[in-house]
Amino acid sequence: MEKELWKGNEAIAEAAIRAGCKYFFGYPITPQNEIPEYLSLHLPQVGGCFLQAESEVAAINMVYGAAGCGVRVMTSSSSPGISLKQEGITYMCGAELPAVIVNMMRGGPGLGTIQPAQGDYYQATRGGGNGDYRHLVFAPATIQEAADYVQIAFDVADQYRNPVMILADGMIGQMMEAIEWHEVPKRELPAKPWATTGTKGERQPNVINSLYIDPNVCAEHNERLTAKYKAMEENETRWEEVNTQDCEVLFVAYGTPSRIARAAIRLLEKEGIKAGLFRPITLWPFPGKALKKAAMQDSVKAVVDVELSMGQMIDDVRIALEGCRPVSFVGKAGGVVPTPAEVASAAKAALGR
Amino acid sequence: MTNEIMIAGFGGQGVMAIGKTLAEAGMKEGKDVSWLPSYGPEMRGGTANCCVVISTEPIICPIVLEPTELIAMNLPSLLKFEPNVVKDGTVFVNSSIITEKVQRTDVRPIYVPCLEIAQELGNLKVANMVMLGAYIQAMGNLGVETIKEMLVHMFTGPKAKLVDLNIEALRRGAACVQ
Repeated sequence: MEKELWKGNEAIAEAAIRAGCKYFFGYPITPQNEIPEYLSLHLPQVGGCFLQAESEVAAINMVYGAAGCGVRVMTSSSSPGISLKQEGITYMCGAELPAVIVNMMRGGPGLGTIQPAQGDYYQATRGGGNGDYRHLVFAPATIQEAADYVQIAFDVADQYRNPVMILADGMIGQMMEAIEWHEVPKRELPAKPWATTGTKGERQPNVINSLYIDPNVCAEHNERLTAKYKAMEENETRWEEVNTQDCEVLFVAYGTPSRIARAAIRLLEKEGIKAGLFRPITLWPFPGKALKKAAMQDSVKAVVDVELSMGQMIDDVRIALEGCRPVSFVGKAGGVVPTPAEVASAAKAALGR
Repeated sequence: MTNEIMIAGFGGQGVMAIGKTLAEAGMKEGKDVSWLPSYGPEMRGGTANCCVVISTEPIICPIVLEPTELIAMNLPSLLKFEPNVVKDGTVFVNSSIITEKVQRTDVRPIYVPCLEIAQELGNLKVANMVMLGAYIQAMGNLGVETIKEMLVHMFTGPKAKLVDLNIEALRRGAACVQ
């Protein structure tokens, strides 16, 4: 297939349409505005509906409603806007509603800046809402991957009846790369007999709710959700390894910093240092077992975590490594991106050179 | 073979468009490409720059810190990015509004009076195409035919008359390269 030049945000929007998404509810915020812009033009052309809500809170609750009707629905925002959607996300997990939520992260905390950052790692992987809930978090590092994973995300959401998040930094949203549109392998997806599509006088009404007033029933509900989250951990954990075999330094990074780390690997190679990259593609579930395996090679003397935050994923790296390898950190927050040279010198420092 | 290009100027000078055209032409010639804009809250009048990488190898990192070529459309851009250009790199200067010369002696300067040429052609909007013509002539990494084909696809219907104008702008820009 011929390659086409696509901007990250627009590729994500187009991928959603190709995945059968018919509804989008959102509220503008930089650096993700090309997603609603694109969908406002193209969703009506495929018989769908684009709606700019009065706020992020309204938008996520519209997503809740549409998902409850059994249709494919998406929302997107950037960091401060995603904070506003947290209540809706925990309600959707509680009510078991599939949808795709895109967070094109910018610098924080608070309103922060509009430049790329990864300060929402904790929020995305631990949940900014209340209760014991989990959702998959996909972290694309290229425009091709962003397009592919949006299509995968809709399927995974339907399969598990759970929201799925695409977590990228503003740079992925703003840059253009050549991509190919390929068919993402289709999954066997369950029907949606639970959807509120109208009884037509033929069945009892379906009720979509996250309220379980009887504590015993709510406890059972939590057990069932946890079993579902376990299944996601077993079946959906994804990662990529680059140059990890017999490496001396192992970088761990996702999204844009993974590309900076790969440039640093080249710089280190020139100095005779073999460095590799472990790149989580799912941030939740975190690919901890695979990371430990890569880090426990005899050759690995240092593990260096690279982030566009002040160090959040590093907690998951440390949990995975259980103290078996020293872990150091290099990163910047607030919209500034570390250079490959800075990342390479952090690796050398970790090696004691 | 990798070209790492920094294109910088005021918003509204067609800086992003030069970058997009380069990236698309590279892609059409089977090369790996990336286009990374600096983005800010302003739409016009602020500073604008974008990084384009065109490579015969897979691109790892789209961020350009040490460009092999700098296209400076205004003075602040020249002052800011000239020091970062690699040794033996090329610096394209929009000499219509930049009266200063390139200070470094280890880079190749190319001066292009984009606005004067665009004015002679009767349309100031093609100033960036004049610069693009100079770039392609000087670097030889992309075929001018590829760009011409893109122009034919870009300008159709009532805009089809703009194709010849843009091709002439490319040619006049190319003529600025010694």
